[in-house]
Amino acid sequence: MAKGIIGKKLGMTQIFNEQGQVVPVTVIQAGPCVVVQRKTSAKEGYEAVQIGFVDPVSGKRASKPEKGHCEKLGVAPVRVLRELRVEADDPAKPGDSVLVTQFSEKAKVHVTGVSKGKGFAGVVKRHHFRGGRATHGSMFHRAPGSIGGSSDPSRVYPGIRMGGHLGAEQVTVRNLEVAKVDAENNLLLVKGAVPGPKGGYVVVKQEA
Amino acid sequence: MSDFIFDKVESGLLRKDLPRLSPGDSVKVHVKVREGEKERVQLFQGTIIAIRGGGLRTTFTVRKVSNGIGVERVFPLHGPVIDKIDVVRHNRVRRAKLYFLRKKLGKAGRLKEVRDTSAD
Repeated sequence: MAKGIIGKKLGMTQIFNEQGQVVPVTVIQAGPCVVVQRKTSAKEGYEAVQIGFVDPVSGKRASKPEKGHCEKLGVAPVRVLRELRVEADDPAKPGDSVLVTQFSEKAKVHVTGVSKGKGFAGVVKRHHFRGGRATHGSMFHRAPGSIGGSSDPSRVYPGIRMGGHLGAEQVTVRNLEVAKVDAENNLLLVKGAVPGPKGGYVVVKQEA
Repeated sequence: MSDFIFDKVESGLLRKDLPRLSPGDSVKVHVKVREGEKERVQLFQGTIIAIRGGGLRTTFTVRKVSNGIGVERVFPLHGPVIDKIDVVRHNRVRRAKLYFLRKKLGKAGRLKEVRDTSAD
């Protein structure tokens, strides 16, 4: 099966490598996960494996549709579902467990999650405009400045960068190094930062 | 639940084999030095002038005067480079950061020893 797992971001800390250097890591509660559904091009139109994040309360808290979906496929109720695209000859079937042990240390992984929402953000935060001087009589602080010409072209060109909603979108951070795999506690320690808040769900994938 | 697991990760990496350190202590830090293939232990003896951070992030600064030149080294308390730490002397100090020692030369930089360590 394609290497991938659903995880929950627990937070960041640091560990020491063999040289005694400090490595910043994100701790991810990676699974255990279970294969819920095998989607095929014959039936669904594409090849994928749907996996679910197993946690102790999902049996009680799962909604009726969630329970129904899992029951039909003969697996215990799970609430967090994600899909991984696979090759047509992939042998995965519902009920198979997906564990952290599929990852090895030093492997490069891609981590996808929903970034922290920043609300309506100005142009300085959102597009890294430099803004103006704060003091010394400056009357231009964080405003966007000119957004185009005057009577020619008499309109603002599409695509001009302006303020607006920032964050809370899907972000993938690629090629993060796996610093440590804790199979006993289903933990994955990934070097560097990962999108989203603590407690947010992420998908960790390793390209073949 | 999640926080509990997270704490377990951090506390599992803390070192419990080291003595309790406080600012003003005269210490011998046994530092592991790697030279090519070989690993040996080097001694760094001085006074702790600062302890920063908490938990796994704790670092401490040791100052010594070597050939008339002040040398300070910052060590991560829980890092593997530290072989062991000996507390040579426990001195009486009234503040947490002893940066004022940098300006005290010779005799002016002495600290008074506290012998009664049971009070700690």
